[in-house]
Amino acid sequence: MNADPRPYNFAYLDEQTKRMIRRAILKAIAIPGYQVPFASREMPMPYGWGTGGVQVTAAIIGPEDVLKVIDQGSDDTTNAVSIRAFFAKTANVETTTDTAKATIVQTRHRVPETPLTNGQILVYQVPIPEPLRFLEPRETETRTMHALAEYGVMHVKLYEDIARHGHIATTYAYPTRVSGRYVMDPSPIPKFDNPKLDDCPALQLFGAGREKRIYAVPPHTRVVSLDFEDHPFERTKFEAACEFCGATDSFLDEVVIDDKGGRMFVCSDTDYCDKRRAAKKDAAE
Amino acid sequence: MYVAVKGGARAIANAHALLADKRRGDRSVAEIDTQQIDEQLSLAVDRVMSESSLYDREIAALAIKQARGDLIEAIFLARAYRTTLPRFGFAEPLDTGAMALRRRVSATFKDLPGGQVLGPTFDYTHRLIDFGLAQTSDPPSPAAAPSAADAAAPRVVDIIAGDDLIERSPPANDGAPVADVTRDPETFPASRDARLQTLARGDEGFLLGLGYSTQRGYGRNHPFVGEIRFGEVEVEMVVPELGFAVPLGAIAVTECQMVNQFKGGDGEPARFTRGYGLVFGQSERKAMSMALVDRALRAEELAEEKIGPAQDEEFVLSHCDNVQATGFVEHLKLPHYVDFQAELALLRALRREASAPPPDAEAAE
Repeated sequence: MNADPRPYNFAYLDEQTKRMIRRAILKAIAIPGYQVPFASREMPMPYGWGTGGVQVTAAIIGPEDVLKVIDQGSDDTTNAVSIRAFFAKTANVETTTDTAKATIVQTRHRVPETPLTNGQILVYQVPIPEPLRFLEPRETETRTMHALAEYGVMHVKLYEDIARHGHIATTYAYPTRVSGRYVMDPSPIPKFDNPKLDDCPALQLFGAGREKRIYAVPPHTRVVSLDFEDHPFERTKFEAACEFCGATDSFLDEVVIDDKGGRMFVCSDTDYCDKRRAAKKDAAE
Repeated sequence: MYVAVKGGARAIANAHALLADKRRGDRSVAEIDTQQIDEQLSLAVDRVMSESSLYDREIAALAIKQARGDLIEAIFLARAYRTTLPRFGFAEPLDTGAMALRRRVSATFKDLPGGQVLGPTFDYTHRLIDFGLAQTSDPPSPAAAPSAADAAAPRVVDIIAGDDLIERSPPANDGAPVADVTRDPETFPASRDARLQTLARGDEGFLLGLGYSTQRGYGRNHPFVGEIRFGEVEVEMVVPELGFAVPLGAIAVTECQMVNQFKGGDGEPARFTRGYGLVFGQSERKAMSMALVDRALRAEELAEEKIGPAQDEEFVLSHCDNVQATGFVEHLKLPHYVDFQAELALLRALRREASAPPPDAEAAE
């Protein structure tokens, strides 16, 4: 791999491919929540590892951008490290773990706790872009359902959850409705993160490589988590606080610390946790 | 501190170094050469070329070496290389009737123009471990055909078509754009070119199982092997500046034409129908499976009852790609603890509510 004599284009993809992806992105932004088919390329990392997000990032990144990559909220998980290294190598861009400093944040399964701002872009890696897929396996059917805004099956599914469990039993990849039109899968983020999609000042782009779909939520767009009047959407609440920084407002990972049932809870967003700990330390000094 | 999944850059680099070491194996054993792979594991090279849609023996052999013999991993490597290659244009349709035959068999006619040519085949070998191969071998030179194998060997389906007993191939439309499943997202129903491309790079094992299922009643279509031929064909391309086709070289392919149960009615006389398979190199198993599945997928077009998975276009075409499949299956190895945590929280809440009003169980957590 070191003795690679073949020069690759900036950010790996050739310019024609980037143009094709950018067209899909523009269309996606024009029709919020609509899944735009695109000619997904084979990437040098496996399907399921974020090839959609990587292609979106490759198509939008410029030499001036500052890139942050997280997986499960953390900058230090193996896949995040690998993707960050990929762009550091192929695009030679500055990378960061600081959410506020990044111009592009590529993520798998989380939305950063630090609120995103105008001008930032959040790129989601998406495994199954179709929110109706587990109710209707056929693409021919689901496309028609979207075209007709025929979302009855989704409401029936949520209703059946309530009838069976007393709750909507979807805790991640919780379906949303974008701008009052398309039902959209927010990717497998915990439903804890769903409210962050609504009226977000940052542009949110979703890339599904294996399924060859791109969709988008433009800045300041309504994103509503599906619910019922008598069973309103509820954000997951934790009864614990982060063991490291004491946060009670962040998504917590449960860490098994021994084989006797010992547990501790820590922030899933490592940058958020580090910042809070640094601030505490400063305050103490 | 808990660090198991937060491996970081150093752990990744170390894991890759360990992989490279394992790939090389015991240093006292001679390192395998990519030429040896190409020459002596040539059917593995053929499969990698086929399923990566890249006719390049050197790249395929190197990919097999790099992948430690894991062929799906090798296919993935070759595809990720292929995707970066510039595309000059589309070749002219191959004339497989003009193939330089190395093997050609028909199960429908005892003898036919051009004859049956057995060629290099495992068929009729006894599958007894040849312990002699554990040592170096130097087999005698094979017998050569008395006359050059250039005698005309028309394709069997063309012979049958002469009597109008089999459906015509759809007429070629030179002006129509050619599908490229590696450059366009699939749509359903798929065009025939897109379907055949997808099957040609589909997983051999998956298509074998599906083809087999049609023989066992899940979408039966009564196949006969009209012909299997393997050999070299010329690839030609029209260069716009020249205005005529120029040869680019020869590639080895295996073609299978299945002749299937007839169809007629509505004033049309009954005719056999076709299923088609074509792969790079020599792989009769894959070419035959592809032909069976191609025919099964024509159920809708031929107004047949759809009862088997092999007849379901979305099911087959969406799941036959092994690089996609292995990626998505294996991605389950990636951390999912955020989603799992969300599920845990809900499950605990459900159980708490289901049990009698808890006195003060919260503190235990």
